Order: sequence, then structure tokens, then C-alpha cells
Amino acid sequence: MIFIYSEDTETAFECLAKGREIADSLQSDIAAISIGRDSEDYISYGADKVYSIDSEPQADLVVDCISSLINQYKPEILLIGGTRLGKEVTPRIAQKFGVGCATDCVDFSLEHEKLIVKRFVLGGRFIATQRFLRKPQIVTIPPRRFGKRLDAARTGEIIKTIPKLAEPKTQVLETKDKTPKELRIEEADIIVSVGRGLRKKEDLVLIESLAKALGGVVGCSRSVAADLKWLPEEHWVGLSGHKVKPKLYIAIGISGQVQHIAGIRDAKTIIAINNDPNAPIFKACDYGIVGDLYEIVPKLIEILK
Amino acid sequence: MDIIVCLKQIFDLGKIMVDAASKRPITEGVARKISDFDKNALEEALRIKEKHGGNVLALIGGAKDAAKEALAMGANEAVIYSADSDSLGTAIILTEISHKMKYDLILCGEASIDEFSFQIGPRLAQALEIPVLTYARKMELKDNEVVVERNLENRYEVAKARLPALVTVTKEINEPRIPTLLQILGASKKKITEISPAKQEGGVETLSITAIEMKRKEVILKDIEELARIILSEK
Repeated sequence: MIFIYSEDTETAFECLAKGREIADSLQSDIAAISIGRDSEDYISYGADKVYSIDSEPQADLVVDCISSLINQYKPEILLIGGTRLGKEVTPRIAQKFGVGCATDCVDFSLEHEKLIVKRFVLGGRFIATQRFLRKPQIVTIPPRRFGKRLDAARTGEIIKTIPKLAEPKTQVLETKDKTPKELRIEEADIIVSVGRGLRKKEDLVLIESLAKALGGVVGCSRSVAADLKWLPEEHWVGLSGHKVKPKLYIAIGISGQVQHIAGIRDAKTIIAINNDPNAPIFKACDYGIVGDLYEIVPKLIEILK
Repeated sequence: MDIIVCLKQIFDLGKIMVDAASKRPITEGVARKISDFDKNALEEALRIKEKHGGNVLALIGGAKDAAKEALAMGANEAVIYSADSDSLGTAIILTEISHKMKYDLILCGEASIDEFSFQIGPRLAQALEIPVLTYARKMELKDNEVVVERNLENRYEVAKARLPALVTVTKEINEPRIPTLLQILGASKKKITEISPAKQEGGVETLSITAIEMKRKEVILKDIEELARIILSEK
């Protein structure tokens, strides 16, 4: 049996699609764990069973719910959505059962019916191939990495479950939605990023206008955030800053140090604008243009408008 | 207020080279440093100590130079252990050490920047059966409780827990101090305890680590019109 859980609906569907591939090779069943939400759609997206629990997706409760189901059904594999909640509860569950877990796995295969996973390590420049020494084998899947698969004809069973839950040890006092400007740069689809090629802080306006024209957010290199302090650290893209995964990353006046490149490895398309034809960024981009950013960016904004 | 801060010494990642034939990382001779977010955890512990008084113990997976840096920043004492296990093994080691210590608060970075696995803080809290608050970007102590503002995907969440508790911090919580020469010299008098925990088997076996080939198109464009067309088709 394979267990799937994510509090985020889309991520749960993605886990189900990936889980379905593994389950079909192992001729195993998939049970989705549904905590505090409707369960029907999990079956259409790949589940054979749904364990439906009327509770809240609060970390302590999720750990208890999943642990109780593991004790009862002894699954071989758990695929958990690698959201922030998912990445908190996964190691906690693994610790409870004295087993390893692998977070943010990007590749899955089977060898002698055992899971082999790959994940990025050493700052994202290397990939590690790992397997588990004991069961259950527990992994998280990064959101938006894999597709989902809908099959409305699928049938399955919904099983209402009432596990014994302890009182949560933490209490939420208040939540505030982030404004679009505050959204983590990790979640941004389009990032317009700037480096030392910018001559002075006031010229950031140029970068901001391009970001605005594209509906994206502004990022920057280490020197702009950490040395010059022209932008707060939330904008810092790189290994010691924020690792990003946008659809489009535009690097303007950024030379492309190893640390920066490691932070944008998961970008779908990288575009570089730099006046130095030998800048390493041109070896790490999809499209590049050699030239002065002060000429190129205003023209670009003009055309895009 | 007794605070334990868990720190990991990691390779300076930018300096790791790739062996051309095997594609494996070459780590021999690469300098090591305290992982970035762990330093934020230490800085936060020091700020709490400065405000509320108490003792900061730096619990370091690494060598003496990392301990000296943590002590120079202001930790009262340091314990070092060799960290060659996986997250499960390390969490077991940290649990055993923490059980022998007095603590009201344990602080960790949200993740180490080499592995980015986000495991140690939650695992340790689970093993110690204490509350855990992850991804804290602000924190304060009030009447035997810790209140944090957590940075989640699309919202901030203010949450609290009774002490003793474990908090993992994000890099935005503070800017770690750089010790002065005087502090560096003063740190040499502070206590460093070296312990050799029993080897832990761990839960995950790493079969290989290889460099990722960059597969980018590397197309150099001649004019801005074309650049604009590509941007519009890729967005």
C-alpha cells in the first residue's frame, strides 16, 4: 500500500499521479489521506481508497493522523506533498517510526521493489541517488514539479476514520495573507533580477518597471542585497539567499557566480543581459544578449508595453 | 533562560569542484563554515540572552574552528560532535545530547544550505516530545511561552507554544553579527567539549552523488525585438 498526503489540493493530485506510476509497477494500492476536506476528487485523480478524517491540517494533528494510519495499515511507501507543512510533518513522522526520509525528491524508480530516489544536494549542483534502509519509505515531492492525471471514470472507496488525536502543542493566534509584493520569491513565476551591472540604487526603478510590465517580481544577486544593501534580503536569489523556480528568470547585469546559478537551477527559462560577453551567466542561460542594460532594458519595456 | 542552538558545519559550497571523469564532488581541501541559517539561529539566541539573560549552548556538528566562531559571536559554551550520519542518525545523537542538558528553548536553522532537507529541527522536537514552530521570521518570549511569526507559502502565521519548545528560523529573522577581534581572542577562554557519540546507522543510504549537467540552450541573440518576442512566449 502507498499512502499519499498533502493539505494542498493540487499537490495532492500531483502526488497521486506520481504514486499511481509507482503503485502500478508494484501492483499495489494507493490510499489518499484526506484531513478536513472533501474526498471524492482524490479517487478521480488516482486513489483506490481515501481515509477521510474530520480534523484540521495542523502539523501536530497531521502527524498523529498519519502515524495512526501507518500503525493500522503498514504502508510500504508514503508520498507527501513538499509544502512547508509537508516538510515539517514528514521528518517528524519518520522520526516517530525510526526511519529515514528524503525531502524534495525529483526522480523515482524501483529496484527489487524498493524505492530509489534522487534529490539535489550540495547546494543544488549535485544530485544524490538514495534508497531506504527500512520501511515505510517516506518522501516528499516538490509542488508543481510533476503533472496530475484526471480519470473521472475511476472508482474507489471512501473510509471515514476517527483516529485518537492528542491536543496540539502549538496554537495559531493570527494569520495574515501576503500581499502580492510580499509573496515569497520562491513562488514567483517571473523574476527580473539585477546584479552589480546596476550603477546606482536609484536605477532600480528601471528593473522594477520591467518586472511590472511582465507581471513579475524583482530579484537580485548577493552583492546588491548583502554588500550594497540596495534591496532587502527577501529579493536575494542564490544559494545563501533564496532558491527560486520561476518559469522565466531574467538576469540583468549579473555575472553568474556559482552560488547564484545554483539558486536558479530550477528556472524553466533563463535570459541573460550583460555587457561582458565572457560573463559566466552566458554559459548558464537559455537566451542571452550582450549589451548595456541601460540601453536594452528601456527599449525592452517600450516594446513589451 | 537556557538555550541550545544546533549548528552544522558545512563545506563552502561554491568551492567544491567536480571530478571531470567521475562527475563526483571533490571536497578534499575545501574550507568549511557554519551553515547560513544556523548562524541566524545562533544570532537570535544571543539576542534573547541579551534581553532576558541566560545561557547559550552551541551544539555543533563539526570541528573546533566552528565552535570558536560560535563562541566569539557570544555563545557561552560549545559542544562539538562529528556529524557523519544522515538526518535520522544526527537527530538521535542530538536527542541523546539534549536529554543530558538543561534547556528552555532549542533553536535551529530551517535547513542546512548543503542538504536543504528541513529535517533536523522537526525530528529533534518530535524525539524530545516538545512543541515545534517552524519557519520563524520573528520571535519573542512572553510568560514562559514563545510567540513566532511563521513565513508560510502565501501567508504569515502568528503562533505560540509553551516552553520548552523548538523553533526553526528563516534567514530574514536577523543579520548575524560579525565578532570583533577582542571577542575572538576572548572566546579562547570559553569551554569546548568534544564528544564522540556512538555511530548511528541512519535511515537512508546514499548510493551516489554526481554533478548535474547544465542543459541550457545558450543562444546569443542579436536584437532586442527578438529578445522581447522570446520573453513574451516564455512568460
